[in-house]
Amino acid sequence: MTGRQWAWALLPGALLFGLVVAVTQTGLLDRLRGAFPPVEELTVERVTLAPGLISLAVVNGGPEPVTIAQVSVDEAFRQFTMAPSTTLNRLGRATIAIPYAWVQDEAHLVTLLTSTGLTFEHPIPLAVETPTTDSSSLGLLTLIGIFVGVLPVAVGLLFLPLISRLPEDRFEVMLALTAGLLIFLGVEALFEALETAAEVPAAFQGTALVLLGSLGAFLTLQLASPGAPFQTGADGRLAAGWFIALGIGLHNLGEGLAIGAAYAIGEAALSAFLVTGFMIHNTTEGLAIVAPVAKDHPRLTTLAGMAALAGLPTIVGAWIGGLAFTPTLATLFIAVGVGAIAQVVALLFRMFSRSGEGIWRPSIAGGVLAGLAIMYVTGLLVR
Amino acid sequence: MLDRMMSRRALLTGGVLGAAGLVARGQVLDATEEDLPVPNSHDPSLAAMNGQVIDSSIDPLAFLEHFDYGVESKLPDGRTLREYELTVVDREIEVAPGVMYSAWTFNGQVPGPTIRATEGDVMRIRFSNAGSHPHTAHFHGIHVANMDGVYEVVEPGDSYTYEFTAAPAGLHLYHCHAFPLKRHIAKGLYGTFIVDPLTPRPAAREMVMVMNGFDTNFDGSNEIYAVNTVPFAYHSNPIPVRRGELQRLYLVNALEFDLINSMHLHGNFFNVFRTGAQASADFTDTLMFCQGERHILEFTYNDPGKFMFHAHQSEFAELGWMGVFDVTGQTVAE
Repeated sequence: MTGRQWAWALLPGALLFGLVVAVTQTGLLDRLRGAFPPVEELTVERVTLAPGLISLAVVNGGPEPVTIAQVSVDEAFRQFTMAPSTTLNRLGRATIAIPYAWVQDEAHLVTLLTSTGLTFEHPIPLAVETPTTDSSSLGLLTLIGIFVGVLPVAVGLLFLPLISRLPEDRFEVMLALTAGLLIFLGVEALFEALETAAEVPAAFQGTALVLLGSLGAFLTLQLASPGAPFQTGADGRLAAGWFIALGIGLHNLGEGLAIGAAYAIGEAALSAFLVTGFMIHNTTEGLAIVAPVAKDHPRLTTLAGMAALAGLPTIVGAWIGGLAFTPTLATLFIAVGVGAIAQVVALLFRMFSRSGEGIWRPSIAGGVLAGLAIMYVTGLLVR
Repeated sequence: MLDRMMSRRALLTGGVLGAAGLVARGQVLDATEEDLPVPNSHDPSLAAMNGQVIDSSIDPLAFLEHFDYGVESKLPDGRTLREYELTVVDREIEVAPGVMYSAWTFNGQVPGPTIRATEGDVMRIRFSNAGSHPHTAHFHGIHVANMDGVYEVVEPGDSYTYEFTAAPAGLHLYHCHAFPLKRHIAKGLYGTFIVDPLTPRPAAREMVMVMNGFDTNFDGSNEIYAVNTVPFAYHSNPIPVRRGELQRLYLVNALEFDLINSMHLHGNFFNVFRTGAQASADFTDTLMFCQGERHILEFTYNDPGKFMFHAHQSEFAELGWMGVFDVTGQTVAE
């Protein structure tokens, strides 16, 4: 840019700076604020339960500093320690440690009383000891990840012999079915992301995180995927397989996070019923990966690589979710999964349209609807 | 499922390896506990607040035994005239360590001063409103209608003089009766009103306790409970009691939002003089109080030690309505 361009670029910034100074320094801000009491906001990001001790990680997502004066558990004031300070500035974080003989498998309620008398309540729906970084907890989270992520995807890959024997027109139906599966996953994850976004401290703007995460992932992957002229041959299908594996992998990172977090807060989303359900549900992910490449006799190592790419992130997600879950992190991760899935769906539809007959065909529509139906039915097992 | 996973894990690692793992884990846990000492979470002292209240508007131990007899003089007809000043003032008070509350107060304190007279005395209460809302002073007792402190609403900056004869003998209360009642009382406008009988009660150590609470977030329920405003005050600083000395407790329930309150005394029983009646109506260790209800309790401790007293609503107790009598010294009998 020329010096003149720089000057024009800086002008609005300088003007804005002047306005901010004027508003904050002339007392105008105080008049705008009037006599309203400060609006305090506080979010409990994470509860950790150790024997005889409840710890809360809190963040101030509001505009004003917040001071925690007292803490009660189950309507009884308790002594506590708070580090680094009982006062949290905007976006400040702190940890509150409350010695308390919590009761295994029962519910508790922690209430934080601020210096202005406002209260912030945080329920503990089911008290179980929080997994720590010891080998036992990591092992269990890994096992959960393997069961709900890696194994189902691998099992799904075994649809390969079936799909490879399908006639050409049926093959495209299988791809459409894959698209249906992915649309279901993506939309469901989008709602989950928005739901989690509601728990994000206001300052971190949950909805914006969903947009940034999903569109960021979508656009990045879209630019990274093979450009025009799009390869329609075996190479193109192989690339599609890898992209689907990557998309599902990113999706499973978010899913693992949610499952790990559920395990950590004792919401035994981990009933036998649910884990079985997830296994069946996620088997369809293997089907989605293998569908594009099934006719091309992929090598076993290729398939193993795809299964790993799609399934292993579940384990990583479970670790993060179990050990360091925060709504902010979860929102971002789930949103990234949404974007990745959307990109894969776009990729599949590009493949359909390149076949020359357009995408509005009964075989495509039927495949997509069948995919949604399969997800609905297997979804019954996770609700 | 978790159990099943655990058993599966045990199967996988199994045998000697599994046993070794358990031992190793135990050591790790021990080390952690040494590094970060965790207090025994069943310790009763932990059922308390962090820090001390500095600016509550009263000193709980001083308030406990302070009575306002007014300015005393003789009327031409020989009766005793007692003149009191009650002024409503808006004031921020500390209702728990570090928690400020915008209270409405009589004479800048919550509860208001404990007003005391003898049956038949003429009481003249000059009531001024220096607050921001209309208020009144409604005394329980027997008096004429325009001295009842309901319809004679006193606007900010105005004043009103209540005059009536102290009757009947007993334990009463006074509070603001401006509407909305609940808000005016909950914000701190209440106090104790004692009318001594013409025949004095037996000599005793006398205390006044007003059971109250504070709805700091205005959600229609109390966050904090106490006697005499400061939660856990007599738990942190026990009330000294002499062995064998008769204790007379004027106990008033000024709590809002909760329909009932109660008093439970440890290691002892008390005589109940309902609304300050002349004869004991009951001998018990737990007594229920409706809103506005008040009774005189009399008891004597014969053994030394610390004896707790608290609301028997465990929730109220652990949210601040809890105290201790510290009994020391020689008994009268010894």
